[in-house]
Amino acid sequence: MQPPPADTASSASVAPGPVAVLEARGIVKRFGHVEALRGVDFEAHAGEVTALIGDNGAGKSTLVKILSGVYQATAGNILLDGCNVTFNSPSDAHALGIETVYQDLSVAPDLTPSANMFMGRELVLPGLLGKFGFLDNARMRRESAEAFQRLKVSLKDIDMPIASLSGGQRQSVAICRSIMWAKQVVFMDEPTAALGVVQTRRTLELVRRICDTGVAVVLISHNMRDVLEVADTIEVLRLGRRIARLRNNNISIQDLVGAMTGALDSTADEQVTA
Amino acid sequence: MSQTIVAPTAEDPVPTTVQPPPNLSRRLRAGMTSSPAYMGVILVVLFLFFTIMRPDTFASLFNLRNIFLDAATLMILATGMTYVMIAGGFDLSIGSVLVFAGVCGAKTMEAMGTNTVFTLVAGLAVSLLAGGAWGLFNGFCISRLRVSALITTLGSMGAALGMAYLVTGGNDVRTVPKMLMTIGHGTVFGVPWLVVITTVVAIVAGVVLHMTKFGRHTFLVGSNPEAARRAGINVQRHVLLLYGLSGLLAGLAAMLSLGRFSTTTLEGHGTDPLEAVTAVVLGGTSLYGGSGSIIGTVVGVFIPAVLANGFIIMGVQPFWQMVVIGFVVIAAVYVDQLKRQSRDRV
Repeated sequence: MQPPPADTASSASVAPGPVAVLEARGIVKRFGHVEALRGVDFEAHAGEVTALIGDNGAGKSTLVKILSGVYQATAGNILLDGCNVTFNSPSDAHALGIETVYQDLSVAPDLTPSANMFMGRELVLPGLLGKFGFLDNARMRRESAEAFQRLKVSLKDIDMPIASLSGGQRQSVAICRSIMWAKQVVFMDEPTAALGVVQTRRTLELVRRICDTGVAVVLISHNMRDVLEVADTIEVLRLGRRIARLRNNNISIQDLVGAMTGALDSTADEQVTA
Repeated sequence: MSQTIVAPTAEDPVPTTVQPPPNLSRRLRAGMTSSPAYMGVILVVLFLFFTIMRPDTFASLFNLRNIFLDAATLMILATGMTYVMIAGGFDLSIGSVLVFAGVCGAKTMEAMGTNTVFTLVAGLAVSLLAGGAWGLFNGFCISRLRVSALITTLGSMGAALGMAYLVTGGNDVRTVPKMLMTIGHGTVFGVPWLVVITTVVAIVAGVVLHMTKFGRHTFLVGSNPEAARRAGINVQRHVLLLYGLSGLLAGLAAMLSLGRFSTTTLEGHGTDPLEAVTAVVLGGTSLYGGSGSIIGTVVGVFIPAVLANGFIIMGVQPFWQMVVIGFVVIAAVYVDQLKRQSRDRV
């Protein structure tokens, strides 16, 4: 099943329609006797940053792994553009335009940015040479440079190994790569966890620019400030369930922490600081 | 917990720069500071030094041919080792696999008792098959069973040699078809067949490594296997194929060695893997995987070869070559580590 093409940048500024790009309904995941997800609902809209927050063990990672094809749900439905889909592997999700940026830099440090951008999806030359697997390096380099420019990522040197770049720039390459291939949804699992202050800021700016291109961004983060800075909508998980879906206006870190820990459920006696 | 979001004081704007076209001089500079370039300069200096000191003997056609012939089989082994090491692996078994493949090939040709092209092709096929099979066995243990490369190939190093002794009863096979000896000693336009074959193998290996998808995946697997896996590259299969390739090339080297020495040289290849690793490391391929080149390995094969030959001709005890190369290898790895540290400290 092939979903319709992603929203274009022009429609991105319009308020999200009723149909989410990606929607999960009643997802249940059991590992043996442990029930990690107990009927989670989730939705992500095109041109929006949806933050997914929750305390450790709330089921964030499990949910993202299910939505990106790494795990298979025990029960529940995943809908892409309103149609039921099943992912048997991450490549199924890739094929439908769903990409993931991992917190540990998923780049090959010894290779150039363009080799990293096209990792596993290398372009080959046309004709006979291509049949033998000869790479079209010039084209990959050009298309990478265009992608970096589009997302306003400036790299010191596009022809040197990634190792010579800063951690933030390396992460930018990883993010640009996912954007280049994501037509629908990008999951970002703690993309700023390994970065410093300036680099974090840059990365968050990049996150905003990405959703302006019309894809849906799902940000998983422990950092409530980051979340409040970039997210349009915040989905809160607790103990394997979604317990809140908040629009990001006039809410405070305390509200988020309260929702995550259950302090807002009136009788909770524990308060965890983020 | 306060929620004051401090506005960035020193706003560093992200400039919308157009990426510059590949800068030739910068690329040239990057190339010049690479290990193969340094080592290439050392090789040229060594060559010139010995030529000036002993112009009649060292630089003679006869002697140069000898240097190339000595380097030929090692070059083929080192080619396979380069692929394996760029992918972050290691193959100690190639010397023993060479002997085993040579024994299988020689026994086959002996049993046929003929001296035709067909005999040769059959011997080559059996030799390649035997070498490739050991390589795939190594690759299977390393990629599927997750036994470390060092231990797997240490094990098959012993096992392959042991099997070669079992097949031969401990005696070298010395009946080699004349036609194979022609290849071992003959020339085309004055260039020995062995050198021609080795050159072709090295060029093909270099082109595949640096210009094709297979080569690119080799670098990716060595640089960050987890990232390669996430990107949809079949890392297990690729590693399996690389060890298979290493074994296959050992099979080819076995036939060349048979042609040159007319015997299976059971005892002669114990240090081959170490010499191959030395050549690969001298050529700038990283022990940690992810970077390296065939041209570097060519240089790395020739430095010890030229040094040994030059010392002999100069009347210096050739054992000095072992001493010098030993320390140079340590220095080369140290420099590689320094480079990585300064690079990763961003």
